Amino acid sequence: MRLFDNANYNVMARWKPAMIITVLFVIPGLVLLAVHGLNSSIEFTGGTLFQVHANSPAVETQSIRTALSSGGITGAEIQTFGAADEFVIRARLDPRAQVSEETTQETERAVRAALTAAFTQEGYEIVRTEAVGPKVGSELRERAVLALVMGFGATFLVLWFRYEWRFGLAAIVATLHDIIATFAFVSYLNLEISLVVLAALLTLVGYSLNDTIVTFDRVRENVKKTKRQQYFYDILNQSINETLPRTVLTSGTTAAATLALLILGGSVIRPFAWVMTFGIVTGTFSSIFIASPVLLWVERRWPSEDVKVKRGIGMAAPVTA
Amino acid sequence: MFSTIRSRLIVIALLVAGSVASLIPRSVTLRERGPDGVMRDVVIKRVPLKLGLDLLGGIHLALEIDQSKGTVANPRDALERALTVIRSRVDEFGVSEPLVQQVGADRIVVELAGITDPARAKQIVERSAFLEWRLTDMSNQFRDALPAIDRALEQAGVTTGGEAPAQPSTIQQLLGTDTAAAADSVQADTASTANEAGPLSSLLFSFGGRPGEFLVPEEDFPRVDSLIHLPEVEAAIPRGLQLVWGAEPVSQGARSYRPLYSVERRPVLTGDQLQDARAQIDPTSKQAVVQFTLTRAGGRRFAQETRQHVGDNMAIMLDGRVQRQPPVIRSEIGRNGQIELGNANLQEAQDLALVLRAGALPAPLQIVEERTIGPSLGRDSIREGTQAGIIAGVLVILVMIGYYRFAGLLAVSALGFYALFTLGGLASFDATLTLPGLAGFVLSLGMAVDANVLIFERIREELKLNKTPRLAVEAGFNHAMPAIIDANVTTVITAAFLFQFGTGPVKGFAVTLIMGIFASVITAVFVTKTFFLIWLQRRGPAKELTI
Repeated sequence: MRLFDNANYNVMARWKPAMIITVLFVIPGLVLLAVHGLNSSIEFTGGTLFQVHANSPAVETQSIRTALSSGGITGAEIQTFGAADEFVIRARLDPRAQVSEETTQETERAVRAALTAAFTQEGYEIVRTEAVGPKVGSELRERAVLALVMGFGATFLVLWFRYEWRFGLAAIVATLHDIIATFAFVSYLNLEISLVVLAALLTLVGYSLNDTIVTFDRVRENVKKTKRQQYFYDILNQSINETLPRTVLTSGTTAAATLALLILGGSVIRPFAWVMTFGIVTGTFSSIFIASPVLLWVERRWPSEDVKVKRGIGMAAPVTA
Repeated sequence: MFSTIRSRLIVIALLVAGSVASLIPRSVTLRERGPDGVMRDVVIKRVPLKLGLDLLGGIHLALEIDQSKGTVANPRDALERALTVIRSRVDEFGVSEPLVQQVGADRIVVELAGITDPARAKQIVERSAFLEWRLTDMSNQFRDALPAIDRALEQAGVTTGGEAPAQPSTIQQLLGTDTAAAADSVQADTASTANEAGPLSSLLFSFGGRPGEFLVPEEDFPRVDSLIHLPEVEAAIPRGLQLVWGAEPVSQGARSYRPLYSVERRPVLTGDQLQDARAQIDPTSKQAVVQFTLTRAGGRRFAQETRQHVGDNMAIMLDGRVQRQPPVIRSEIGRNGQIELGNANLQEAQDLALVLRAGALPAPLQIVEERTIGPSLGRDSIREGTQAGIIAGVLVILVMIGYYRFAGLLAVSALGFYALFTLGGLASFDATLTLPGLAGFVLSLGMAVDANVLIFERIREELKLNKTPRLAVEAGFNHAMPAIIDANVTTVITAAFLFQFGTGPVKGFAVTLIMGIFASVITAVFVTKTFFLIWLQRRGPAKELTI
């Protein structure tokens, strides 16, 4: 079977629609993010979380709320989680209030007592709890930021050493696009940012770079190989088309895996699966429609000797072609 | 180096053998609390892949020294004390492999897999330690009462034996002991022959140890522990005495024994009367000793007691377990005393000093993080993760075979090697498989074919240039290499940072991802290539490569 065999799409000419799609997707998402803020998990904010399995139909969002407030706990978030008889109760620590480690432990006792009073011991089952004190919360925040910053920093360093800076810059722009688009996606779905979701973010950065690198390796090779004068614009197009079957096939198999996780993997891993699935879409998109146009733009602004001498000034190809 | 097919096949065989060997189910001895509440050793066979708490279910506690109610003088020492105390209670948790670990400078992490009652676990961890010094049964009242206890047991229907040999050969045991122990053979003999028939006495050995000290073979420990707690036995134990276990097993020759002590019920001293304890090297004898200081009241009391009991043994008990062998009281001791440890090193003396301080100065702990996962949720996660993995695998196989036909078949069989290598690698690095790790494995199933795809696309291109299959395969592999390496390096780097900064579940993800990448590169560039080489060698001259 052959897909995109001898493909010859003028991908580079599509940079404008690609840009519009990106802007239309990202801006509202970021606005939403600015309005609502990040939905951080209690790992980062500190607080307590309960996942409750209902053994009787009496247990539902409203009755849990009533039970909690009669137990003196107000302001807890109650959501169904994956299934109709699974609930998650979150009591986050108010960052402005004076909190201590004891508060989280007391909340936990109070929630258990309130639920037992309302539904009896047999009516419900606590299948998961998390109680994170403010100190651990701030520590985990710090570590998450460190992991992200150093992870990105190190990959950029690799790009820097391994590639000429123009390629590196283009790859970085494409990666930043993925990160921003993912944040927009996260705010659309109101996904909770946890350590595991951040792990997915870092992984998708690696994956997206992987795609871009394969295309750029081909560009490098084609620049070396081409003997006659040729527009850089055409070399980019040619390279994208040549790597298109690989891009599509790898994205396809990886997407098959993440979709399987999303649908079958269970509610605990679902946020991770969402981010990874979106990451494959945006990673593939950016390595085709963002990375190469940016590279062309960079080469036009600061032409490299290689491209100027071998390819002539003619690299100022018709962008509207 | 791996030019011939034969040498390549040998390397592959070695990799497979290594992976399989590290995955073969092994016998592991677990200490578990039975339904009757008694700890016992159970031997089970299982695949040596460690599962994380999020898959097994269990409780994760992070504790710190509580400084909110007044500062603790020496937080570092307080943490060490707390660690000693929690470690000494490991049995009480009733789980097979509890993890008690210091993390960073100021935190203790306790992980208890499979526990169902978080409140009880928290109570065990937070309970303050109890130190007491008690005199041992110097007049051997318990040993003298043993025949009566045996009779009481027989009347209650308990018979000698069980699966353990009723009378382990004394000679056999003496063979392993050193000469000093052999000198005591007469006494060892009496200990076992005098009471050989009794249900309890047949399990107790003395090896001529101190009065009131018995050794119980490690395998009989659960049985003896349940026997001595029977009401019949408790009623027959002489008044004022109690049987308590030693904290650590001891070895005599090749066998491991649990010390059992008969001690007075009345404590001579309790932890609140101890002020401090430090390990030191005694300047005159050059031996490691523990020096201790008592409170004024404690000193008075201790002087009175020790005066009456010079030459007797005194057991040091933390939370009801005797620590080390009870030392002999040499003379009257007031507020300051020292414990000689014979030929023990300074480290052992420091450990004992820590035990004493742990009982004397309670270290207030607070829980700074707690996570519990119910066993049902863990089971669900395993089932759902496995399902997702199987479906993902099937989809990948269908796509690869559908798209690449024969070559796809090669890639798919390489995928089998990939899964084997990844799991084998995880087992041999003793990595923990967590839920995100499981997700990472499923994800990397999709990614693993990437290297194959890169190579196959190259081969197709080379074939298009009318190269022979042999040259096309060779060129395809060579040209795809730089892209494969470049593309995977970035993922390994991000995963490495995740490992560095992540918590348990995320670490599990990072490890699986890294292992998966190495396995996928090895299978693609080595295993698949070997398959191709074999095919090229065997094919008829006119055969075409379907790719």
